[in-house]
Amino acid sequence: MSREKILAAVKFNQPAALPLPDMEVLNTLTDVRTDLVSKYKTIATAGGSFVYEVNGFDEIKAIINNEFKPGVKIISALDELSDYIYAETVKHEDGHNFADVELTVLRTQLGVAENGALWLTEKDMGSRVLPFIAQHLAVVIGKDNFVPTMAQAYQVIGAADYGYGAFISGPSKTADIEQSLVIGAHGPRSLSVFILS
Amino acid sequence: MSTTTTKDHPHLAADFNRDEPRVNWHDETLWWVRAKRDIAAHKLPEWELLRETASQIKFNVLSNLSTYLEQFEANATKNGIIVHWAADAAEHNQIVHSLLEQRGITKMVKSKSMLTEECHLNDYLKDQGIDVIDSDLGERIVQLANEPPSHIVLPCIHKKKEEIGDIFHEHLGSAKGESDPKILTETARQHLREVFLTRRAALTGVNFAVAETGEFVICTNEGNADMGAHLAEIHIASMGIEKLIPERKHLGVFLRLLTRSATGQPITTYSSHFSKPQDGSEIHIVIVDNGRSIQLGREEFRNSLKCIRCGACMNTCPVYRKSGGHSYHTAVAGPIGSILAPNLDMKKYADLPFASTLCGSCSNVCPVKIDIHDQLYKWRQVIVKEGYSPKAKTMAMKAMALTLASPALYRMGGKTGRLVFKYAPFAVNNKLNPWYNQREMPKAPDESFGEWYAKRKGAKNS
Repeated sequence: MSREKILAAVKFNQPAALPLPDMEVLNTLTDVRTDLVSKYKTIATAGGSFVYEVNGFDEIKAIINNEFKPGVKIISALDELSDYIYAETVKHEDGHNFADVELTVLRTQLGVAENGALWLTEKDMGSRVLPFIAQHLAVVIGKDNFVPTMAQAYQVIGAADYGYGAFISGPSKTADIEQSLVIGAHGPRSLSVFILS
Repeated sequence: MSTTTTKDHPHLAADFNRDEPRVNWHDETLWWVRAKRDIAAHKLPEWELLRETASQIKFNVLSNLSTYLEQFEANATKNGIIVHWAADAAEHNQIVHSLLEQRGITKMVKSKSMLTEECHLNDYLKDQGIDVIDSDLGERIVQLANEPPSHIVLPCIHKKKEEIGDIFHEHLGSAKGESDPKILTETARQHLREVFLTRRAALTGVNFAVAETGEFVICTNEGNADMGAHLAEIHIASMGIEKLIPERKHLGVFLRLLTRSATGQPITTYSSHFSKPQDGSEIHIVIVDNGRSIQLGREEFRNSLKCIRCGACMNTCPVYRKSGGHSYHTAVAGPIGSILAPNLDMKKYADLPFASTLCGSCSNVCPVKIDIHDQLYKWRQVIVKEGYSPKAKTMAMKAMALTLASPALYRMGGKTGRLVFKYAPFAVNNKLNPWYNQREMPKAPDESFGEWYAKRKGAKNS
């Protein structure tokens, strides 16, 4: 059986055990908490995201209503944004049914200032395909939910149990044709981030 | 899809070099990516500490690989993922095929996986009557062009937008002469969306597999891996045994390094962590050896298994930039490919370790500190010792060694050379001399330093 053959060959050929490095230096070195929101905003905007600092859900609703035509299919995972299809009620539907979704709105508790990434688990998404299949994606995050770097992000995630999770840092994009950046490859054509004060 | 070739790197590079403006464009485009990498790296004061940490984690992985593999298997299985083991490319391909066959699936969508390129999976499945569509834009382009990728991160970096426009016009019905990247990308989006929505099987690669949790991570900018995987009933993930990392927190090191090194972005758009299958679907992982355990046993070359496939060594390499990815005639081109390939087939890839100036730039940009240029040098020695070096090169080296070992022969050789340069330049300035390709030979001095010195000394003494 190949399993035993591979494991035996690896065991025979691997060198004497070497220790894991100390991660603490790196973690503390990068733990600079000065104005993470403005750093996040700069990086995320450079990566093609639209970042809005808002005071409440009414502001978010106003922006969405302004950006999207009435009647388009919008799925929201937030109780506070109940004018739309609630993700919880459709999460067991076949993912193919979401092919006509115009906008998915999700909420996260974790954003990373150094790279614009937002952490979303299956639980935040409702259905795994929703943040990908929608033409546009919006994510709501509290202003205190940012960490400086990925080092702290994984400290926050810790040993969390999830079936699926993703860091999403912008709209879907590609530069495969002559290195020209094009927004809107296979996933959402835009990412709007609402930072709640 | 793979072009079988008997030509070696110098000949394939010579083909690429026929079109000088294109070579310059290719060179500049990749150097621009390298420059973006530098900007991203220099923004982090802790960059060197990150590289060192990543390097040490990978050393730890290689030294405990059998334990981590078993741990990963146990945890992934606990999560409901089905784990398969493949000793070589053939077994990998058979496993993938049987998974599809059992379910009566004849069409599959695939996101980027250099391992499947290494295994020539697409060709194999095609022969079995399975239709595979690559969903990464660059890979789809080269697939339609019937070519292999020329770069592990930028698969169609060798193609001009006008050529891509022609390919899309022929295969995807875009307007004739259309070459706007925005419009071509939109054409691909519509075409591939239809593919994602109609495929029951999706195959992806794996960037990192976490032993501690049994999850694996896939990084894309386009979102194509997720679109394929979440809409399919079966998600097959192919990974080499070296993709393991010990703990989830180590992702915090590698995800900071990977994309900054690859394209200069601070992170890819999507870093997707697959831990359990979603309701009603399956995840299968195929863990592939295909020569990696042998490389692990080669003390001087095992560090090559630390590679995280960022492509930085290719973007910086003066030889890669000016010879193109296809000149390496292997799935992974460039400096890293040149130290991985001889392990798989020393005779077939004997030319690759010589496709380098040994300038060391590859080692300097490597995010996991692989001593790439040292390994290139060491492979040369192994290849010559094993008798796989080109005959002409061996003869020339022997003649050179003899000449340098004898002062009389050395003086005679120098004199002859100067005379030939002066009176019979056509003897060296011709097509038979590879050093003359793309070069002007220098003007030879009238006398050697030795002769000048002897004369000067004589004049002083008189």
